[in-house]
Amino acid sequence: MRRPLSLAPVLLLLSGCAGVQSMSEGAGFGSQQFNHLMLLFLVVTGISYALVLVFLTVAVAGRRNEGGEARLRSLLIGWVGFILIGLVLLTVASFFSDRREARAGAEQEPLKVTVSANQWWWSIEYQNDDPSRIVHTANELHLPVGRPVQLNLVSGDVIHSLWIPALAGKQDLIPGRENDLRIVPTRIGHYRGQCAEFCGLQHAHMAFDVTVESPQNFAAWYAAQQQPAPEPTDPRAKAGHDWFMSHACANCHSIAGTPAGGVTAPDLTHVASRQTIAAGTLPMSRGNLRGWIANPQGVKPGAHMPAVGMTADELDAVASYLETLK
Amino acid sequence: MRAGIVFLFGLALLAGCRRSDRSMTSDPHAEGGSGGANRSAAQQGDYSTSAYQVSEGARLYSWMNCAGCHGPHGGGGMGPSFMDAEWRYGSSMSDVVRTIDGGRPNGMPAFHDRLTGQQMWQLAAYVRSLSGLAPTDILSGRAEQMSGKAPFTQRNPDKPAKPGEPY
Repeated sequence: MRRPLSLAPVLLLLSGCAGVQSMSEGAGFGSQQFNHLMLLFLVVTGISYALVLVFLTVAVAGRRNEGGEARLRSLLIGWVGFILIGLVLLTVASFFSDRREARAGAEQEPLKVTVSANQWWWSIEYQNDDPSRIVHTANELHLPVGRPVQLNLVSGDVIHSLWIPALAGKQDLIPGRENDLRIVPTRIGHYRGQCAEFCGLQHAHMAFDVTVESPQNFAAWYAAQQQPAPEPTDPRAKAGHDWFMSHACANCHSIAGTPAGGVTAPDLTHVASRQTIAAGTLPMSRGNLRGWIANPQGVKPGAHMPAVGMTADELDAVASYLETLK
Repeated sequence: MRAGIVFLFGLALLAGCRRSDRSMTSDPHAEGGSGGANRSAAQQGDYSTSAYQVSEGARLYSWMNCAGCHGPHGGGGMGPSFMDAEWRYGSSMSDVVRTIDGGRPNGMPAFHDRLTGQQMWQLAAYVRSLSGLAPTDILSGRAEQMSGKAPFTQRNPDKPAKPGEPY
């Protein structure tokens, strides 16, 4: 009974190997390189470990001075030689792996995206030479497969760290300076990024969705994101729009094409097209959206969105309006 | 004997583990009009003596661009400064909340539909702390914003720093 129980935590760890937030997914050039390197390290260190165990067994079970000095000397030379070759192999492999990653995607013009981290959400801005084609969004990253992405990383308050395990390694976002991270996504799929540097109360609820898609799908998504928010037609959504614009919501959030232009909270222009709300805290759904607006502090205590006093009717109208923002 | 003293000392240190209270929720319906300026004395105290609420107020001070008129640290500008403690429309918590909520003549805009009552109380607590009306033990020991200058304790008064030099 004791043995199966002690195995349970190990099995639990294994569950981290699957899913959208895993290094072993290898869906980007960086994480593939890492996985290859990791495998090589595992093999070399695994062989050394096995050899140490063999030596230990022989030393414990075998007789003293069996074979004499000469045998001991040849074994020692073999052991030191193996360590030397192994270490040189690992050094050379890490050097070339590092160089290959640094050169990855250098032949293509990268997609430039500025990621600004805030307590506790991500502001995403797709850069473009034409200012009218810049796209603002929040807590989601859409990337075309095969094209390098240059992430420009800044922080609005404290130190954060951006980590999309399935695609690449992590990089810190530091107030007062710009860091960058180059990612080359190589496999279409849905992944998850997460803040990897403790940044306050809701650090754990500071995630974002990453969608790697075909260049055609990406172009379609990008074109849709450039559109301003549609004018509400339904009377209920219209009432929600009016309430939103005349109350505290519009002071912090922005919705393109409306008077709402706040920059201290996530852009909501296409909020209904996102998969999650509150930086990966809840899946996007009718109920979750209403629950979040009604009491953000119940869902994410300490988040900077206050509970705005509203009646059930007003809440439903505002949520109905947000649901039209596809 | 010595082990006992060390043990007692360790126990005494545990007293430091008590965390200051952070009330993140407020009941917006209970506040009613004018940002709930008529709160009870106990509720007013919750805001003006809480380090958490004052630091949230500091965040709002920059987010709502109060600094545009009142100066980055309340030094004044187009709007009055917060350095002294005698203010035209009163310097009590409820007076300040009323000012933020309804605005005042000659430029102070009303934030009635722009901020929630809780946010106004946080702002009021921060603004009062600028003039020394808040207890000093709740004030932040460091500035959140980046500074190009070294702290006073690390500066050399005989050697003025050149531009671009940290100290």
